[in-house]
Amino acid sequence: MKKLFLGNEAVARGLYEAGCRVVSSYPGTPSTEVTEFAAAYDEIFSEWAPNEKVACEVAFGAAVAGARSFCAMKHVGLNVAADPLFTASYTGVNAGMVILVADDPGMHSSQNEQDSRHYAMGSKTMMLEPADSAECLDYTKRAFELSEKFDTPVIIRLTTRVAHSRSTAPIADRVDNGLKEYTKNPQKYVMVPANAKGKHVVVEQRILDQIAYCEEGADGLNTVEYNSKKIGVITSGICYQYAKEALGENASYLKLGCVYPLPVDLIKNFAAECETVYVLEELDDYIETHCRKIGIEVIGKDAFTLQGEYSQSMIAKVILGKENECLKSGVNIVPRPPVLCAGCPHRGLFYALKQLNVTVSGDIGCYTLGASQPLGMIDTVLCMGASVSALHGRNAADPANAKKSVAVIGDSTFIHSGVTGLINIAYNATDSVVIILDNSITGMTGHQQNPTTGKNIKGEPANAVSLEALAKAVGIQNVIVVDPYNLAETKEGIKNALEADGPAVVISRRPCALLKTVKHNPPLKVNPDKCKSCKMCMKIGCPAISMKDGKAVIDFTQCLGCNVCSQLCKFGAIEEGKA
Amino acid sequence: MNKSIMIVGVGGQGTLLASRILGAALLDCGYDVKVSEVHGMSQRGGSVVTYVKFGESIASPIIEKGEADIILAFEKLEAARWLEYLKPDGKIIVNTQQIDPMPVVMGSTEYPEGIIEALKAAGADIETVDALPMAVEAGNSKAVNVILIGAMAKNMADIAKEKWIKALTESVPPKFLELNLKAFEMGYNI
Repeated sequence: MKKLFLGNEAVARGLYEAGCRVVSSYPGTPSTEVTEFAAAYDEIFSEWAPNEKVACEVAFGAAVAGARSFCAMKHVGLNVAADPLFTASYTGVNAGMVILVADDPGMHSSQNEQDSRHYAMGSKTMMLEPADSAECLDYTKRAFELSEKFDTPVIIRLTTRVAHSRSTAPIADRVDNGLKEYTKNPQKYVMVPANAKGKHVVVEQRILDQIAYCEEGADGLNTVEYNSKKIGVITSGICYQYAKEALGENASYLKLGCVYPLPVDLIKNFAAECETVYVLEELDDYIETHCRKIGIEVIGKDAFTLQGEYSQSMIAKVILGKENECLKSGVNIVPRPPVLCAGCPHRGLFYALKQLNVTVSGDIGCYTLGASQPLGMIDTVLCMGASVSALHGRNAADPANAKKSVAVIGDSTFIHSGVTGLINIAYNATDSVVIILDNSITGMTGHQQNPTTGKNIKGEPANAVSLEALAKAVGIQNVIVVDPYNLAETKEGIKNALEADGPAVVISRRPCALLKTVKHNPPLKVNPDKCKSCKMCMKIGCPAISMKDGKAVIDFTQCLGCNVCSQLCKFGAIEEGKA
Repeated sequence: MNKSIMIVGVGGQGTLLASRILGAALLDCGYDVKVSEVHGMSQRGGSVVTYVKFGESIASPIIEKGEADIILAFEKLEAARWLEYLKPDGKIIVNTQQIDPMPVVMGSTEYPEGIIEALKAAGADIETVDALPMAVEAGNSKAVNVILIGAMAKNMADIAKEKWIKALTESVPPKFLELNLKAFEMGYNI
């Protein structure tokens, strides 16, 4: 039976069919589901690693041991995994090793808009870019073959629209050739300077071999489709789909399924056949720069953009000068930014921070939404783990104000890369207060287990890191646990941490309200006779509370009965509802 | 003829399930189908949109201004936000539920008045559904999404009713099937 595959799900199916045996990843939108779907196959050892560097190194170790292996991450995750990547390119593999990186043009759920194709060029690692779910499945299998053919890791690059679109894909059986034999070979696997010098020569030759392979079409990865030759389009990935929809048979296409290394003659020959050649690529002028370097005149970023996503209508407008008619309502469209969910345990924590009027070094996760009004309690957000290290930096620069600043970081993010910053705080002794928002899950990416939750990727019991013991082990003596649903306790706990000498860790502990295992109280109700319209309950920014006819009302479809708002009401107007 | 359908709403309303049921029903009818979703941060109570396209052969998974044959809006303000994406002769089905966005909750701006009238005045072919009380009547306020799927099903000659029922049955947990079938019928028979 035909089935619609999410792009990420199709990659997981490709892993299964290719006989992949080991998958290690850290969650990150839009890459997360690949590993979740992979974990559903019993034949694959799957895991959530603490971070992308660990995941990439696990995949490397497995590949050297002779198992086809894989790791997935979002674009910024590849920054973390860049260290093993650049040298794994030198060592090469034994069994195939594939790294998936998912870019997020338009920043649907990311802190920057980096273009990961530069990593392929920088690390001299072959990179494939599928354009739909069928190609996600097919390219994943081919990536393993190419990894073994050229003795290199291979990167698959997705963008959000490929990762998170559903389309059909033909499936096949799994072919598992077992473990490949491992042979000790220090010249290949021990990257000390003497060996690495030799391997760099091999890498440069490998690229030349790969270019020759790409010139020949890379077994159908690079395809030429001639229609009208007035317009020629050089493109890859999702932009191919946009171009096809906008231009149809009014253009010819060179679709590059392999975006590193790029062919030379294939592009020159295609360009020579077409009157005007456009390069259609989201984010940086990566293919365009290559074209210019080999002397091909193309239209690219001058006519399009380095920012955000492309679309069929953008291409139709620029190339054909066509625009769709549309209806205008004249309604004042109020923005609807994402917010902390009703019942979110982070809300009480941020309200307590607001009362304490501290500077907050923030991090990456649901709690980044604590930056939004009316809470507005985050001062900086940089990257995973930076809250802790940056707080130390702030306090080193301005020790007199160390008692007026904190870091906030989630349980999963703390394990990812916050713990190293905490070691630095303890070792280099600033009076820093780090608040770990322990909601017992990796929240923003959609509820993945992590080393603190006591469960593995399959939901089976696993070792749980004790955050209290870990903090003490690295040298933080003052560890305070609070329940963020209790505003007075939370405020008091943080206050004590700030007033005490030395660094401290506050663990704000309460499971994510969306977890299926969490039991909720019945929705609360506002007694309109008692409500004095003071709007105190509005100060926490709960989406379930609004004002109607001058009185606060609570939306029963959203309220989870967390009782944070009722602690703010001086008139006892917020009452418990009925089950 | 390729067709484009947008499902828009507020994160948490169940728009993703609606698009999956629609996608499964269309595939079962033999169409080429593409569905595009947005996951992650914008899901947390933000404005969410899902694209479903079907026909003989679909290239781009996304829908742009002036391209949607049908917009199924789970909330009034979201209907207005995405109206420009409707073809001038397309149909917009609007749940009349109002969910205040945070700037309104905070009192920094007002929820716009007269949205339905404004959509009509813009020339849209509009059908309104008051799905929340219907869902409560069906047995659970969360069934708003299935009421709205029923309302959309009635407007789509491209899919036979039994295909909808089949896709719905395969997409919801068995213990909620009866509730969901009831909700679907209520939406279908408006």
